[in-house]
Amino acid sequence: MISYGQHQLPGKLFVVEGTDGSGKSTQLALLYQWLKAEGYPVFFSEWNSSPLVKDTTKRAKKRHLLTPATFSLLHATDFADRTERDIIPPLKAGAIVLADRYIYTAFARDVARGCDRSWVRDVYSFAVKPTMAFFFRAPLNVAIDRIVSGRPSLKYYEAGLDQGWSDDAEESFTIFQGKILEEYDRMVSEFGLTVIDASRSIERQQREMRMLIGPHLDRKKRTRSH
Amino acid sequence: MKFYGTPLPGVEHEEYSGKLIVIEGTDGVGRSTHITGLRTWLESRGHAVLDTGMTRSILAGRGIKEAKTGTTLGRLTMQLFYATDFVDRLENEMLPALRAGFVVLTDRYIYSAIARAEVRGVDPAWIRSIYGMALVPDAVFYLRIANPQQLVGRLFTSGRGFDYWESGMDLNLGEDLYDSFIEYQKRILKVFDRLTGEYGFQVLNASRSVRTVATDLRRGVLKVLEEPVSANEDNVSVIQPLRDQAGPTKLTNLVDLNKKALP
Repeated sequence: MISYGQHQLPGKLFVVEGTDGSGKSTQLALLYQWLKAEGYPVFFSEWNSSPLVKDTTKRAKKRHLLTPATFSLLHATDFADRTERDIIPPLKAGAIVLADRYIYTAFARDVARGCDRSWVRDVYSFAVKPTMAFFFRAPLNVAIDRIVSGRPSLKYYEAGLDQGWSDDAEESFTIFQGKILEEYDRMVSEFGLTVIDASRSIERQQREMRMLIGPHLDRKKRTRSH
Repeated sequence: MKFYGTPLPGVEHEEYSGKLIVIEGTDGVGRSTHITGLRTWLESRGHAVLDTGMTRSILAGRGIKEAKTGTTLGRLTMQLFYATDFVDRLENEMLPALRAGFVVLTDRYIYSAIARAEVRGVDPAWIRSIYGMALVPDAVFYLRIANPQQLVGRLFTSGRGFDYWESGMDLNLGEDLYDSFIEYQKRILKVFDRLTGEYGFQVLNASRSVRTVATDLRRGVLKVLEEPVSANEDNVSVIQPLRDQAGPTKLTNLVDLNKKALP
């Protein structure tokens, strides 16, 4: 088993992180289009997408079967499948892998739910260290407004209602997101996350990302030339 | 209440009145037969019993079984799926039962999970850190068999035959299920011998008759429950903990002390 930071793989891994509603998925989608258009082999991988674990997670969330510990372990299972299936093989093949949410999401959420900080880091120690990890930082009220106005109702675990902070979904969600943001802020220096100011325009954020990623790209890896 | 490592989140440190008893052993060694027997016997003595075992969780049991029907289950994914199943049962079955004063009999515990992980080349420190959330049991009875050939016979008496994962087919150890089974179980047994010292297993020679092993088990369980041995349990052998002295040579000396007089 190869630990975090020890992998030697020819591909590049870029990940986006941030609270819900920070606009990170939009930015990653734009990046994907650009890299494809430039002729790079790109592979996209998102949080909670393991075909082996999907049904279990769906059922568990619907029936409220999860505790902080099992919530953490089930998501780690999902992430392990993603790592073994969608991340390591393409990276070995020299491709660019774009990940929408990565281990930092688990660190932020699980610790906000009361899991031990170093235990969660141990669980995920098999993860490949990203070439760059972008943290889309939006002020708490902006992120909350985007989410709350964007959907009919908050889901049970999403709102942190399993924690008993408040019976009111919106209030609970606000408390939860506050704790998550605190964890993200602490990880910026711990993991060297690249902070992107998510309150600026979409175009400006995208320009900044492309500029930062540019030096990591190997033009020889392009499958077609321009 | 004692955990091996980082405790379960949100669990208050407390004493519970129940007992946690683990029956460990490799595939086909007769664990479930013995658990069924122990359960009936304990209940007849007035103990409330909960029995549980790997992949029986409401949360992950079905998912694991489905994942195992294919061959795309990666080795790390597999370990974490099992850990999810374990913690779900620990939190929702074992702990509540222990608090309520039950005797909890568990068919395998973290040790099988650790052994399976280790033979697959998973970092031993990593798997132990994950299972730090496990409670230290009151006793671990390890049903030991010296060589895997003995297990093969049982696979047929029980009508099960060879199973893909029990044969370690994902490790490409042999040409067919038989070769792979023998090699895989050999490796598992080796890890178990190492774990015996690390975790203080009480070793029972499982190649003896079911009846003899059952008598040994009862004797060991009575000790855990701090109950005197009654006339019915007279004809038993002595089980001794085997701390820090694992290894096949020592084991043979320990088992079958049937003749030894009881205190």
